[in-house]
Amino acid sequence: MTASPIRSTVGKKILMAVTGILLVLFLVLHMVGNLKIFFGAESFDHYAHWLRSIGNPLLPETWFLWIQRAVLTFAVLGHIWAATALALRARAARPVRYAHRGKVQGSYAARTMRWGGVIILLFVIYHILDLTTGHLNPVGDKAHPYGNVVADFAPDRWYVTLFYTLAVVSVGFHLRHGLYSALRTLGQQTKHGERRARAFALGFAVVLCAGYLSVPFAVLTGLVG
Amino acid sequence: MNLTLRIWRQQGPQDKGRMVSYQVTDVSPDMSFLEMLDVLNERLILEGEEPVAFDHDCREGICGACSMVINGTPHGPQKMTTTCQLHMRTFSDGDTIDIEPWRAKAFPVIKDLVVNRGAFDKIIQAGGYISAPTGSAPEAHATPVPKADADAAFEAAECIGCGACVAACPNGSAMLFTAAKITHLGLMPQGQPERDSRVLDMVAAHDEAGFGGCTNAGECTPACPKGIPLATIGRLNRDFLAASRKRSGETATAG
Ligand code: HEM
Ligand code: SF4
Ligand code: FES
Repeated sequence: MTASPIRSTVGKKILMAVTGILLVLFLVLHMVGNLKIFFGAESFDHYAHWLRSIGNPLLPETWFLWIQRAVLTFAVLGHIWAATALALRARAARPVRYAHRGKVQGSYAARTMRWGGVIILLFVIYHILDLTTGHLNPVGDKAHPYGNVVADFAPDRWYVTLFYTLAVVSVGFHLRHGLYSALRTLGQQTKHGERRARAFALGFAVVLCAGYLSVPFAVLTGLVG
Repeated sequence: MNLTLRIWRQQGPQDKGRMVSYQVTDVSPDMSFLEMLDVLNERLILEGEEPVAFDHDCREGICGACSMVINGTPHGPQKMTTTCQLHMRTFSDGDTIDIEPWRAKAFPVIKDLVVNRGAFDKIIQAGGYISAPTGSAPEAHATPVPKADADAAFEAAECIGCGACVAACPNGSAMLFTAAKITHLGLMPQGQPERDSRVLDMVAAHDEAGFGGCTNAGECTPACPKGIPLATIGRLNRDFLAASRKRSGETATAG
């Protein structure tokens, strides 16, 4: 038997873990970048423009950004493909449901990975149309991203902040189980290590949520404006 | 104790099946769960009805036969306990108890609460063995095993192949069972020759049987009557990664 590992359920999990970790690395960099908003409009806009020139003069303008986007797109597609394949398989594996459903013994984070992922995906699409392309932004001025962000989270657009918060909390739950799960998938194999992996995943998810939520709430409360 | 039981009745693989209610009276709290079902069945037989079919053999928690999901939990509410070792004192007078078979495509219902667990045999046949010369038993100290490995292997070897992990898993995955076998053999010096092919072939047989994939949801270990640790699945994953890497190296050089 020389079937490719990716055809097996374990192989799909490995793909999910590797692409998930790629996305997590991006999330960390993106959060650090977002926090520049606390250093003022100039600092934030300068950072946003710098993103377009990474790799200069080796790479022409915005090439790095496009390479990064290609890698992220590949990661998202691979991640969703594996998630969908495993979800369909799981459904087929239990054709008759239990009349009496027992209470969840594991974590709710683990049980909400699939629907949480869908929320994240919808948010990512909205987010790109809002702050990358500017189509859904009330200002949409590519030269001044700081102004776009401030306009986005204005108090009378509370529903934007609400959706953003919901999405960030979903990411937090997704990573609370996802990071622990990814470590296990990549070979974490002791009970002691399991406790550390769970603690790490929880801590990481909390810090990431706090970092991402600080921006809209700073705008909402007038700390940034 | 007087109880209401709602039991899954299904005449055969083709029957659709349904939950049927029964009253049982004068149940002693000292009875095991299976003895309580025996009492019900004796009455059903006297009344000329078909008794409830359920699997059982050792009735001492070591064979893994007594598969049933009790109130949504495989083997019932008591941790680390098979149905045969579960006593009626864990329930209260007047309780309603739901009893269902293991639910998985790979474990089709034969009758009532009895399912066909032949899929586990397929997984074992794919690699759950070692090749050893037969004959007289070898000297026990001929092959030293580090204490930590021996302990972890022994812990995994406690798996009785009952299938509660599958019944509990939201994905219908048999990864805990498969990982227990891989760990039990893979940590032993005697298990090394087949270590790589074992994990690849057993995972392939697992998938082939129609079990779902593991997503580390963590429902299996709490349901496992032997408490096989979740981390065991990490050992399977690690062996799978190592074996896949080696195999792709081999095909690259061979091809
Ligand atoms: C910000 C983007 C995302 C990040 C950082 C991320 C990260 C992760 C990580 C690290 C894992 C763990 C992999 C493993 O279990 O080994 C995971 C699992 C998963 N992700 Fe994502 N993910 C993201 C977006 C999505 C999206 C958009 C979807 C679906 C539409 C999705 C669906 C899933 C599912 C279903 C799982 C498996 C859950 C399980 O184990 O049951 N994820 N993700
Ligand atoms: S791992 Fe536990 S629950 Fe699964 S078959 Fe073995 S003993 Fe039963
Ligand atoms: S009948 Fe043997 S374990 Fe329950």
